[in-house]
Amino acid sequence: MFDELFTISTLVGILHSCVRLATPYLFASLGETFGQRSGVLNLGVDGIMLMGAFFAFYVVFEGHNLWVGLLAAIAVGILMGLLKAFVSVTMQSLQGISGIGLYLFGLGLSSLLFKTLIGSVEGVSGFRQLAIPFLSDIPGIGHILFNHNALVYLAYLMVPVSWFVINRTTLGLKIRAVGHNPEAADTLGVSVNGVRYTTMMIGGALAAVAGASLSIGLQNVFQENMTNGLGFIAVALVYFGSWRTVGVLGGSLLFSLVNALQLWVQALAIPVPSEIAVMMPYIMTIVVLAFTARQIQKPAALARSYERGE
Amino acid sequence: MLRQIRISMLIFLLLLAACGGSDEDDGAANAEGAPFRVAIVMPSSTTDIAWSQSMYDSLTTVQSEMGGEDALKIAFSEGMFRVTDASAAIRDYAAEGYDLVIAHGAQYGNSVFEVASDFTETSFAWGTSSDTGADRGIENVFAYGAVANEGGYVNGVVAAMLSTNDVIGVIGPVAGDAKLYIDGFVRGVTDVKPDAQVNVSYTGSFSDTTLAAEAAHVHIQAGADVLTGSAQQVVGAIGVANENGVAWLGTQSDQISLGPNVVVTNQIYNWANVISDMIAKIETGELGGTAYKLTFENDGLRLEFNENIEIADEVKEAARAAIEDIKSGVVDPVLLEEDDE
Repeated sequence: MFDELFTISTLVGILHSCVRLATPYLFASLGETFGQRSGVLNLGVDGIMLMGAFFAFYVVFEGHNLWVGLLAAIAVGILMGLLKAFVSVTMQSLQGISGIGLYLFGLGLSSLLFKTLIGSVEGVSGFRQLAIPFLSDIPGIGHILFNHNALVYLAYLMVPVSWFVINRTTLGLKIRAVGHNPEAADTLGVSVNGVRYTTMMIGGALAAVAGASLSIGLQNVFQENMTNGLGFIAVALVYFGSWRTVGVLGGSLLFSLVNALQLWVQALAIPVPSEIAVMMPYIMTIVVLAFTARQIQKPAALARSYERGE
Repeated sequence: MLRQIRISMLIFLLLLAACGGSDEDDGAANAEGAPFRVAIVMPSSTTDIAWSQSMYDSLTTVQSEMGGEDALKIAFSEGMFRVTDASAAIRDYAAEGYDLVIAHGAQYGNSVFEVASDFTETSFAWGTSSDTGADRGIENVFAYGAVANEGGYVNGVVAAMLSTNDVIGVIGPVAGDAKLYIDGFVRGVTDVKPDAQVNVSYTGSFSDTTLAAEAAHVHIQAGADVLTGSAQQVVGAIGVANENGVAWLGTQSDQISLGPNVVVTNQIYNWANVISDMIAKIETGELGGTAYKLTFENDGLRLEFNENIEIADEVKEAARAAIEDIKSGVVDPVLLEEDDE
């Protein structure tokens, strides 16, 4: 029975699933990385994802282009990010609680809009599988990496882009400075609030795209609370990845790999109890967190609001 | 001052979030000559195209039959997956004087019996279960369930006839749950094609549409050309079946809107007769004590074909024959007990 798991076609299938499953986690956790590196914890990611998922779906459902749907999601994500920034940065509310408020707001409003504007669960034609010419023909690797929809490629493209912005640009330097020592950054003329507003907008946009990747990419439907807490896992993945883009990529892939593995183990009728199978991703997460905890370099000012002259 | 503004902001956000909850009824006190008032507490939403929607749709059918909102008022609480939340809602509805409070989930059993003991003039119903609490002296609780393996069996027969690869994928929510549907389904497949391979996988969740979608991808890559599944998570899987042109067999509610070209059949849960019977009993003073079962025989279960796609006559005929065999007892699809959430 276990032999079937180690055939080339099954291993390629598992890795293909893993790459696809990691997409929403990558978008959402990269966005959260920007926020946390600037010192703002946003627990409202799941709510923003739901709003992004809804607006992308609704725009496409109304007959518009998929990219217009994606832009609508980004716009809503930026607005939600601004709301979070206003509450957490300007009003200096406790970041954890205001994040939960934002999550509930997104959950409730997306459900209300869905019931009002659509009313029943419907399907749309989302982003189709886009095989990259030549590269997708490479045996094994081609199918694993180059046979996905456009949003999957975009998610992986965001990893080096995010790394570059955070580590190699002036904005990135300001983000890191504000996250580690806002007082010092302020004395050097960096607008702490301005940087934090920017990261909240970036994070909001990416979280909304994560939601859109579900509603017009991976599933092509919208259902109330369809993220099912995925946004909270994305927040955990930022800790998991030690606030580094490569770490976030590793965490997303590892979590998705174990999820893909458990689905394949069950589908191939390999005799592992399904209860154990569905626990595997969480067990793996705990184990890896236990071993990586010492290497964590947390932004010193994370979840601390900043007020001049304090 | 700043603290007050912050607190106001949080309250504003939480209030807006509460907009998502829905309640058709204004909660006004029941008066003489007033409509019959039903409240339902459900784990997912009225639009889940599965378990919760099946009951909500049946309630609105009964409402139409009775003459609209003037005759039957429906209040509902959705997304009550946490039993503690549901328990509070059940108690609130009872306290507000509803005539019948339906707790639509097997997980709500303890809460129902606890509240029913405190509100003996109110009628309660819960399912999936056959336990009315009569052995504990409780007289105001109805129980209900679906013999889902009947439709599972028929869907299995259809799946076996549709499959050319002889590989069929099943996406379940939580192991043990939906077991009857899946057991019936597997039996239906193997009665037609003993050598066909039925791959069953569970997502470990009722609502994880992302994992259900990926499970559908996995089954398709593993060779499945017919899929089925249960619980509200299946919307993700139907989306994938639609994208890949793979046949889908639905259960609990009508799922054609999600896959107009791939959903072949739906086993529909029709609770209308159960609800009408409970209302009739309550109006004569009988507040509980009956355990209902949905079957093909009592029209609680219905198998509906998608009229928008071409389905071979022999497939339809085999399905009808299977239903007749179940009704007449020629076929006994596994254990005839209870199913689902």
